[in-house]
Amino acid sequence: MATRTVTIASSHGLHARPAKLFSEAAKNSGQTVTIAKGDGAPVNAASILGVISLGANTGDQVTLTVEGDDAEGVLDQLATMLETDADAE
Amino acid sequence: MAEIHGEGIGQGVAQGPVALMSAPLEAPTDAPSTRTPDEEKQAVAAAVSATAAELNARGERAGGSAQDVLEAQAMMAEDPTLLEQVHERIDQGATAEYAVHVAFAAFAEQLKALGGYLGERAADLADVAQRVIAHLRGVQAPGVPDPGHPFVLVAADLAPADTALLDLDQVLAVVTTDGGPTSHTAILAREKGIVAVVGTGEASFTEGETVIVDAANDAVVTDPTDEQLAEAAERAAARAAAAAAPVTPGALADGTAVPLLANLGSPDGAAEALELGAEGVGLFRTEFLFLSSDEAPSVESQKESYRRLLEAFAGKKVVVRVLDAGADKPLPFLTDVEEENPALGRRGIRALQHREQILRDQLTALAQADAETDADLWVMAPMVATVDETEYFTSLAKELGLKTTGVMVEVPSSALLAEEILRHADFASIGTNDLVQYTMAADRLLGSVAHLQSPWHPAALRLIKMVADGGAVNGKPVGVCGEAAADPLLAVVLAGLGVQTLSMSPSALADVRAELARHTLEDARRIAQAALAASNADSAKSAARAAA
Repeated sequence: MATRTVTIASSHGLHARPAKLFSEAAKNSGQTVTIAKGDGAPVNAASILGVISLGANTGDQVTLTVEGDDAEGVLDQLATMLETDADAE
Repeated sequence: MAEIHGEGIGQGVAQGPVALMSAPLEAPTDAPSTRTPDEEKQAVAAAVSATAAELNARGERAGGSAQDVLEAQAMMAEDPTLLEQVHERIDQGATAEYAVHVAFAAFAEQLKALGGYLGERAADLADVAQRVIAHLRGVQAPGVPDPGHPFVLVAADLAPADTALLDLDQVLAVVTTDGGPTSHTAILAREKGIVAVVGTGEASFTEGETVIVDAANDAVVTDPTDEQLAEAAERAAARAAAAAAPVTPGALADGTAVPLLANLGSPDGAAEALELGAEGVGLFRTEFLFLSSDEAPSVESQKESYRRLLEAFAGKKVVVRVLDAGADKPLPFLTDVEEENPALGRRGIRALQHREQILRDQLTALAQADAETDADLWVMAPMVATVDETEYFTSLAKELGLKTTGVMVEVPSSALLAEEILRHADFASIGTNDLVQYTMAADRLLGSVAHLQSPWHPAALRLIKMVADGGAVNGKPVGVCGEAAADPLLAVVLAGLGVQTLSMSPSALADVRAELARHTLEDARRIAQAALAASNADSAKSAARAAA
């Protein structure tokens, strides 16, 4: 199991397109990924509804947890997504 | 044959088979399931994956930002957290339909409680739930039908979400039973040049039956004869030919110039407007720059958009309306949080005066863009109600370097005070949609008062005449930039009332140009007099038709 805390960079927070892309990536990783905002309860990162209902905004800290074979690799990929402003592309 | 009457949008005519917009599904009941939980869960799995596939396929067809929204909806359909909750309810004995209904609704409530952007996603989720339930029941999902061939869409009314997804290659015409001439459907039809008749009232159509949608005559013909079908086809062809004819400047039959301008909502529409013969821009709405952001855009980024617009119309007149926020277009950084009655609240120039820096930045960006380009830039303020507001706006705009500064006349008070207002303003542009809404005290988006919303109403026509007269006294130009200008016969009436320029959706230019060329200024004045003397909108229209 690997855990990391990152800061949301997307200018619209973890909503809309960034939430969709993130959730999609979590699902496609094939591993069990959870995401929690601050000290809140973790939710399934592959659940777009779970992810958007975190209501995570720009600058909020979220904690990712990955369980699986390539936990660190998946963590790197997902953390990079959250730390990049997808809406600025 | 039978004729059903409504309000025609534009001058088109089309024919084809009816496809009905399906009504919302009845909510499932909590009757216990007669199947095993496993059977119910399998049914859910199949319905969910069919729904997701359908949404993804639609997304692929739609492309652009609509694709993102649809793909996100597909993911919601297959959402694992949601599915767990559906399974939980099925294990407690619920039917698949009821479990889906309740689980989705609970999540939608949760999103609504979060408000803002997430609150809006609640509607997306409700739409997904309807689609899944439709699959479970084996019925057609609510929403725009997709019969696989071109069709005449018949609906109660279309929501913005429906209109965004309309495949214009498939939709031959649109008929709505509810909704007036200012409904979303009507606005879309005008913008895209779709043949439409709206507000037919209680009328029944059968799936697949052939109808003629005759917008020019405000009617839908059911069970048409062969002669009628042939005549309609001929008229459609003639209209297509007229649209393809070379464009000439707008003018009456005696040569009196009536410049025809375009209403635009972003610089992207410029090329199409020019191609359709726009002689400039009569209304450039700037809300698009502001709507997608939480804070006002910088002077620099605004200037860039204005420069693109002005470059496209080099040597031509471009009338830009400064930000018109409030009422149906609230902006977090500009409008007050809660107003009991936003249409009568702090909107338009009132909101800008309250947050003057936003107005100053916008005017500065416009002046800078103007200095770098060769278009003839005019700037106007929305929702001006008083002489004081006119003086405030025009002097501030001049101070910041703009040359031609005017006001929009949308509030009856400014029509009544037109002579005084036009002493200060360089020009006035009449926004007929709001002017009619405020004159008749009838919400422009409310179908139940649609009969009061016609710009043909003599009360509105008389106010328009007061503005034109106020312009004449001061030697200042008066234009119309509301949808009234897009109605060819009404355009003739407006010219007869003394309006000098007409601005409309580019798709309406060809029809208006053709109609103006059929009447001299003297004719137009006579037609306008006939309409002015009427006692209601319908009789004004008939009187104008008889006089034309």
